[in-house]
Amino acid sequence: MSVTTEGGAPEPRRTSLLELDARTRRRNRSEARFRAYGLAAVTVAVMALVLLLVSILSNGLSSFRQTFVSFPITLDADVLDPSGNRNPEEMQSVLTFSYGPLVQQAFVDHVAALGIETDLPASALGDMISDQAPAQLRAAVLSNPAMVGETIDLQLLANGRVDGVFKGRVTMESAERDALISPEQLILAEQLRAEGSIITRFNWDFITAPDASGQRPEAAGLGVAIMGSFYMMLVVLAFALPIGVAASIYLEEFAPKNRLTDLIEVNISNLAAVPSIVFGILGLAIFINFAGLPQSAPIVGGLVLTLMTLPTIIIATRASLRAVPPSIREAALGIGASKMQSVFHHVLPLAAPGILTGTIIGLAQALGETAPLLLIGMVAFVREYPAAPLDGLFDPASALPVQVYSWTQRSDPAFVERASGAIIVLLVFLIFMNAMAVLLRRRFERRW
Amino acid sequence: MSLAKLTVSALAVAAVSATAAAAQSRDTVQVAGSSTVLPYANIVAEAFQENFDFTVVVESGGSSTGLRRFCEGVGENTTDIANASRPIRESEIATCAENGVTDIIEVRIGYDGIVFASDINGNSFEFVPSDWYLALAANLPVDGAMVANPNTMWNEVNPDLPAQEIAAYIPGTRHGTREVFDENVILQGCEDSGAMAAMMEMGMDEDAAEEACMEIRADGVSTDIDGDYTETLARIAANPEGIGVFGLAFYQNNTDSLQVATMSGVTPSTETIASGEYPVSRPLFFYIKAAHIGVIPGLKEYAEFFVSDAMAGPDGPLAAYGLVSDPELAAVQATVANEVTMGN
Repeated sequence: MSVTTEGGAPEPRRTSLLELDARTRRRNRSEARFRAYGLAAVTVAVMALVLLLVSILSNGLSSFRQTFVSFPITLDADVLDPSGNRNPEEMQSVLTFSYGPLVQQAFVDHVAALGIETDLPASALGDMISDQAPAQLRAAVLSNPAMVGETIDLQLLANGRVDGVFKGRVTMESAERDALISPEQLILAEQLRAEGSIITRFNWDFITAPDASGQRPEAAGLGVAIMGSFYMMLVVLAFALPIGVAASIYLEEFAPKNRLTDLIEVNISNLAAVPSIVFGILGLAIFINFAGLPQSAPIVGGLVLTLMTLPTIIIATRASLRAVPPSIREAALGIGASKMQSVFHHVLPLAAPGILTGTIIGLAQALGETAPLLLIGMVAFVREYPAAPLDGLFDPASALPVQVYSWTQRSDPAFVERASGAIIVLLVFLIFMNAMAVLLRRRFERRW
Repeated sequence: MSLAKLTVSALAVAAVSATAAAAQSRDTVQVAGSSTVLPYANIVAEAFQENFDFTVVVESGGSSTGLRRFCEGVGENTTDIANASRPIRESEIATCAENGVTDIIEVRIGYDGIVFASDINGNSFEFVPSDWYLALAANLPVDGAMVANPNTMWNEVNPDLPAQEIAAYIPGTRHGTREVFDENVILQGCEDSGAMAAMMEMGMDEDAAEEACMEIRADGVSTDIDGDYTETLARIAANPEGIGVFGLAFYQNNTDSLQVATMSGVTPSTETIASGEYPVSRPLFFYIKAAHIGVIPGLKEYAEFFVSDAMAGPDGPLAAYGLVSDPELAAVQATVANEVTMGN
């Protein structure tokens, strides 16, 4: 409490404890500053996240809704079934080009029947309907040839620009400059909406339909991409989990401690830090050029992502195996269990929640990975759904993140909305998987 | 060690089943190449699959990448069709031949215009090729010596142009578009401005002079865009002073945010390009591996469908998207129908 100087009386304390001296004040100030820095860092991170979410949601939520035009169409038997015997195989020779004029004429008649006056030529009216409409109609007719000759009511997709009118993307000003929609078309669209012929509703096709060309942003969907991603995750799960768990059990429980196993351990940790594009190059060389697997197939994507996910799973598995206390192993060995019995009957079940969590996080990482897929032909325009596994694994498919990538490169501005919508879908999947990982950990993890 | 054995055998089984499955024949048409041709190929592939029971997979990646993969050899692991926004080079034909790809069918699908566009709210421009040469050349001949390009404003290049900083976004060298830009705009401008003649007076031979003409400055005035036109558009949105090089189809889809410049007094449109008035246009191609016809189901049907009047004709969907229809489409259709290979 007091400092004794050599050969003198104890020097009295200059300040009281209640009065802060300069040094304490400085320390307190520095602590307050540090807290402010921390708070600022957290605020910046939260702001960035909020900004990202707001921009994606505001751009992308509208892609789940789509504008449809409904009007009666007379299915002219002379055009659609020239032979007249309603045989779908013969009717297949009538291509979508014959259905187009039918749709256009029906729409012109419908506008006239509603009593709406317009100066627009028939072709400009036809442009308000999506190019997808003839294909929609053809598919409907081929699935039910008895409809030919009748007049049916059908909901057809509206053109992307007309859709943009009701989503605020296309305004009167932009329509004046836009080569693909005129202000007159915009006014007509508003009138038809007032009449109830144009509606905007939730659009399942965005999630289930395949991709569409640059001329039809309104018809583009994520179906093939979601299936492709799902197939790749199946492949990753089927390969990475058994290989990863087997490798870690061996390394952790059986392997002798020597330079070789040390080297392997270091390399696995290094592998986890390898940029993902490197795995893409590897995949191209090994799986496509050497093994001869097909391009653009989920099996190749899955194998590449397996290589990428393996280190993550091995590291997580080894950590959870190590977390099981040695007493459990020793107790099992002590009552006569073999080494393998102790591992499989006691250690592995206790480590399972940790292994599963690691696997799910690895899968989530793989789901969002784009770079390696660029090199193995997954950035492709694929309209056909892949078949059911296992054959389907070899069929061409796309993947969710590369679908985002290819949509951002399309020239029609409507694809910006689509790309943001695809990001939302991807984020929902990721949040779901991560939530599952957290849940598993909370529910089953044991602490010693 | 039974686990290790298990792992090894599982791997072996996986490898065997994988190769066995790959040995089954491919029933999809594989297309890869130019990102300029990509939207057209997508439109055709979409309509083709709507109407016929074949599968077509279209990949992007650029003309050179597409042709390189095309020339890797014959067989089910190689692509069937390469899209290209420029004609195949002699060197590529030689590579192809080395790898056994000897029969190639060249199909010209139409013409594409290259346009110069800037922000809709900015100044409008009326260019001649020499403006672009003087703005973007790395070195200019002045009084018998090559000096680094000093121009930084458009009105320094040509007094008729607005006083606006030069900021050009041009396609990167992996794009076929760049080659056309170099030859039809920069080289043309070099000749028009008399710079080429000046260089040859300085003692350069013709090849060296052409090379010097087409050397683009690297001091930040001109930016190579290796991505797609959407990236160029984003750059212009960020820098309203910028002028970008686009394909006509891309511009036509974005007329609400871009204004187009005239070249030598002609406004680019499908009509002026078809008539040949607009100077900066180039043919678009795809190349078919003739050895794959009859092996890969749907290959010939796809090619025939692509060049049919209903698709590639002047009233077809490709023209609606911005492709300038080939006036000699009938001859192209005959080439595909008769499988006429190059050199025959």
